[in-house]
Amino acid sequence: MKIGVVTFPGSLDDVDARRAVTFGGNEAVALWHGDHDLQGVDAVVLPGGFSYGDYLRCGAISRFAPVMTEVIEAAAKGMPVLGICNGFQILCESHLLPGALIRNDHRKFNCVDQRLRIERVDTPWTSAYTAGQEVTIVLKNGEGGYVADEATLDMLEGEGRVVARYLDDNPNGSLRDIAGISNERGNVVGLMPHPEHAVEALCGPGTDGLGFFTSLAAATFA
Amino acid sequence: MARYVVDVMPKPEILDPQGKAVLRALPRLGFAGVVEVRQGKRFEVEIEGDATPESLAEVQQMAETLLSNPVIEDFEVRTA
Repeated sequence: MKIGVVTFPGSLDDVDARRAVTFGGNEAVALWHGDHDLQGVDAVVLPGGFSYGDYLRCGAISRFAPVMTEVIEAAAKGMPVLGICNGFQILCESHLLPGALIRNDHRKFNCVDQRLRIERVDTPWTSAYTAGQEVTIVLKNGEGGYVADEATLDMLEGEGRVVARYLDDNPNGSLRDIAGISNERGNVVGLMPHPEHAVEALCGPGTDGLGFFTSLAAATFA
Repeated sequence: MARYVVDVMPKPEILDPQGKAVLRALPRLGFAGVVEVRQGKRFEVEIEGDATPESLAEVQQMAETLLSNPVIEDFEVRTA
């Protein structure tokens, strides 16, 4: 499968994401924020970083980048889209996912190996995991507090759309310990922690993040 | 030139960590009795031509789509 990774001005983890895509058994395609072109990819990753310097609000300006017109259109048709960290913020700003991400409640940038529970496994990004599986992957953010109104939170829980939840201490004040969510269909997933930094034993906390990148390949051959 | 001001504030129920940081700093500077600080943003927008209901509506639309995120923020538009 061809998985595009968008580079915005200020993206940091686009190269790591492409590497993780390759490790996951897929072909990584570099996409450019300024192009109205998805180059025929089967899925898209919006990587972490500080696109447009986080000016205005995180993800607020990227949401209107030329390539996002195509991403939003393709997502509506069911193309798998994974937003990691800043990518999650962009997906919320694009209204592809409900809610928003605000500054960590403790006001400090956080960089930790974070334990998570994977809760929704019928998405193209998480099918390699088992429901309830506990994993450890890197979390690094300054504005990772997930917020939404009570009705939205209840809807996400009720429809089983919480993809991952923080275990142990809540690292950023996210409501109901939410680390990641999906749209109704499950093709669009936003995740605050960084699975692309946990795909090799050599660096990072292990290889627990690899599943986000092997899930798509598994789906293709299923 | 039509001039508008857009004030954007975090919704009352949304945590405002920056406002909290300012609130905590004030007593250290000797400002006593401050019970709450909320931090927002102010945009000054200039538009060609005179202020008209149309240009006001346009600024409203800017505020809704880009200047604020209605999930977490409220905004107010006024002529400057």
